[in-house]
Amino acid sequence: MTAFTALLLRDMRLATRVGGGALMGALFYFVVVSMIPFAIGPDLNLLSRIGPAVLWIGALLASLLALDRLFASDHDDGSLDLLTMSALPLEMTVAAKAIAHWLTTALPLIVITPVLGLMLNVEMTAMGYVALTLLAGTPALTFIGLIGAALSVTLRRGGLLMAILVLPLTVPVLIFGVAAANAAIVGPAPFGPPFTILCALSLASFVLGPFAAAAALRQGQE
Amino acid sequence: MALIDLANPTRFLALVNRVLPWLAGLTVIVFAYALYRVAYAPDDYQQGATVKIMFLHVPAAWLAMMGWGLMTVAAFGTLVWRHPLADVAAKATAPIGAAFTFICLVTGSLWGRPMWGTYWVWDARLTSVLVLFLLYLGMLALYWTADDPNRSARAAAILALVGAINIPIIKFSVDWWNTLHQPASVLRMGGSAIDPSILWPLLIMALAFTLLFFTLQLAAMRNEILRRRVRSMRMMQAAAA
Repeated sequence: MTAFTALLLRDMRLATRVGGGALMGALFYFVVVSMIPFAIGPDLNLLSRIGPAVLWIGALLASLLALDRLFASDHDDGSLDLLTMSALPLEMTVAAKAIAHWLTTALPLIVITPVLGLMLNVEMTAMGYVALTLLAGTPALTFIGLIGAALSVTLRRGGLLMAILVLPLTVPVLIFGVAAANAAIVGPAPFGPPFTILCALSLASFVLGPFAAAAALRQGQE
Repeated sequence: MALIDLANPTRFLALVNRVLPWLAGLTVIVFAYALYRVAYAPDDYQQGATVKIMFLHVPAAWLAMMGWGLMTVAAFGTLVWRHPLADVAAKATAPIGAAFTFICLVTGSLWGRPMWGTYWVWDARLTSVLVLFLLYLGMLALYWTADDPNRSARAAAILALVGAINIPIIKFSVDWWNTLHQPASVLRMGGSAIDPSILWPLLIMALAFTLLFFTLQLAAMRNEILRRRVRSMRMMQAAAA
């Protein structure tokens, strides 16, 4: 077993066992989305029209909520120093941690999305498309958030700062995610272009995110 | 004098102290001339006198973008060459760039009320400038949170580089999302679409704004260097006590 998979499995185990809080993000997502109808009223037509956007905002906030613990607990107990000094390049280390984080927090969000879609009166086929855009877009959110998590880990008031730094950078993901979902549901624009751009954003942040995050962690160690 | 000679803050301060009064004086003169030209520029046949807002709006928008460009260059200076003044430059640019972005947003909003009938629309250009403003605020927040300037330097540099990659993406994504703002008309294929009677005052005003930017920038860099000296002196004093 390589160091990469070992780290991946360690992080997933830590997240899923007692005190890990892997399902906390999904729970937060569920609560936030259920709050929306209380604010805007129980109009089912309106809810079905804005449903995809509400689900995307919920997923964005939920993935951001869990991100500030990505490096913080390792930094607190000192294991981040050991990870930095290991033979595995720091870029691969942060990539492993980010993938583990996506599997334990973003994937549960996508799994419960159809249930929430029912509550927002979004049709079943449309729900599939929203879940598909979330599947393609949440890696970008995780890997952009990774940079913010690495930047704020050594600074005080990290959690709030991270939201301020990361949210403006996620604008394109939000735009193309919701555009693809709406294109699939109401048209008339085709589903393909925004969806492929969403995939491209995920792939690009998958490549660039670990490098920027590793550089940020290195400066924090000095 | 090479860039590396300026790595010594004392030499840099000496240079700034020599240049700054001249630069400030030149800024005042060019601004006065620009305002005179703007005052006598003809009204637009459609927009009337509101076209005057454009003379503040467009240079502010240019400099708002230049500010982030300057921070990106400074980020390279911090990360690659470890130039000691690069972070001072970046830290000085952040509030100035944010201020110019804010001027751009406010003037655009005041112009939008009579012309578009609303202070704010969720249009592509407005939105991308708004996101630029949010990024500037994030940068300021990063500097506020860090208690040690050496530590915040590279964190800010990384954020500046990530922002520099992301700003064009944000711009294109919001362009596709929704647009109402007029397309580029000063710099474009086939020459400028603006009449010379308005274009020249605009360019002079842009020069005045640029001079103002660099005057503020140098003054802010000088203040930042002095602030850091005061900080280290206080720490030495506290250590000695």
